[in-house]
Amino acid sequence: MKSEIIIAGFGGQGVLSMGKILAYSGLMEDKEVSWLPSYGPEQRGGTANVTVILSDDRISSPILNAYDIVVALNQQSLDRFESKVKPGGILIYDSYGIHQAPTRTDITIHRIDATEATFELNNSKTYNMIVLGAMLKASPMVTIESVLKGLKKTLPERHWHLLPLNEQALNKGMELVKE
Amino acid sequence: MNDKVTLMKGNEALAMAAIRYGADGYFGYPITPQSEVLEKLEEEMPWETTGMVVLQAESEVAAINMVYAGASCGKAVMTSTSSPGFSLMQEGMTYMAASEVPALVINVMRGGPGLGTIHPSQADYFQACKGGGHGDYHCIVLAPASVQEMADFVGLGWDLAFKYRCVSMILADGLIGQMMEKVVLPEQRPRRTQEEVEKQCPWAVTGRTGMRPKNIITSLELDDDKMEANNLRFQATYREIEAHEVRCETVDTEGCDYLIVAFGSMARIAMKTMELAAQEGIKVGLLRPITLWPFPSKEVAQAAAGVKGILVPELSAGQMIEDVKLAVECKVPVEHFGRMGGNVPTPEEVLDALKNKLIK
Repeated sequence: MKSEIIIAGFGGQGVLSMGKILAYSGLMEDKEVSWLPSYGPEQRGGTANVTVILSDDRISSPILNAYDIVVALNQQSLDRFESKVKPGGILIYDSYGIHQAPTRTDITIHRIDATEATFELNNSKTYNMIVLGAMLKASPMVTIESVLKGLKKTLPERHWHLLPLNEQALNKGMELVKE
Repeated sequence: MNDKVTLMKGNEALAMAAIRYGADGYFGYPITPQSEVLEKLEEEMPWETTGMVVLQAESEVAAINMVYAGASCGKAVMTSTSSPGFSLMQEGMTYMAASEVPALVINVMRGGPGLGTIHPSQADYFQACKGGGHGDYHCIVLAPASVQEMADFVGLGWDLAFKYRCVSMILADGLIGQMMEKVVLPEQRPRRTQEEVEKQCPWAVTGRTGMRPKNIITSLELDDDKMEANNLRFQATYREIEAHEVRCETVDTEGCDYLIVAFGSMARIAMKTMELAAQEGIKVGLLRPITLWPFPSKEVAQAAAGVKGILVPELSAGQMIEDVKLAVECKVPVEHFGRMGGNVPTPEEVLDALKNKLIK
């Protein structure tokens, strides 16, 4: 099994850390993982993306041109990566600020209202965990337990009180993806 | 899950492996895309645990000369930088080579020439493998293609440097430096005691006590005959290294129709190209030089026997391709494909190049 994923959005949306948490979740399940950021002078407001690969076998290229799953969190990312979803693959996008919806018919498209969901949780910082929850509903490549274990491993102990909120956000995200 | 497996960036693995090796000192100046080496060392504060010195120098020129001084004392010392900083270090590199002191120098390459970009490149191949500084000298050049190799080559680099009294280089690029992968770090070794340093490095300047003859570390020798003798000794060492320290990895080279020779991140991309090629029924093998100097010439020639053509993809205008051509003595068509200035090709681009240049 291999999942080749790109998560793209604005800097400050938590794109890189979402990828990191996903990579750690893969580590918890003894998978091979790679995490490659679009490193650069980008800051909040600029664009950011991260390629994450989870695999049962040795990973070849950490840089790709076609993905099993594309998560696009703004219009630029959607425009840039819609065509990069492999036929039969999955495209997840946040509806917030999108004026041109994706048009492909050979892939599964999930439109999620993740930004709106942060209002319900009353915490904008839960955004990337909501998106991660949605992604794992659309393609359950790792378990929620592994995500929480990975989170615990990456978070310093002083932030552990935030784990229940993150779990809530993951569940919220899962609800956003309809069967 | 194996508790020893962790996830970290290539740059962080370099820092952690240095501490674990029992390094005595790191001297460096921050530059993207390798600043995490210094940052990780500052975060780990090894001066409070192993006693390792971590110092941000005022410039790359200062850093390499601090390394030269530490190395002259027989200490396990290192620096890390990226391309523009590596250019500034060339004087120190050639002085260290001429003084026969062991050191570890890491270049996480970025797009050049000049200040260039901060994105991955392999365009310092010539500089690393063919000199860089003046005079007839070589450094052992190790090219990691994974975060695990970033960690492993720190120890290997120092071991080789001490064995041959030369400078070892790790020639990585922004992609390997910035990506996170699984890594198992080496066990923590204690730093050598002063007694152990003096035993391992009887040539080092360690403070002359008792009656031992003076040790002088210098690259200056104004007597031409003596300087030529020094050169002959250096060359003899380089022949030894060439005979014993060539390293490379081959993947599916048995019975392949086409061969890709690529190092570092480009080799990783090429491995995906091989998967794509296999889906189209094209048999492609990979030879990945791990030591860029000494170059695996015999191994390349061996793998090239019977193939229809060789593609050398590089993040440069074509540098390693010269060594590949020398290795196969023009018996096989050798073609280059490259992206420059910080751009990295996709596996599909490499496959297209293979088809266009070799299959047609």
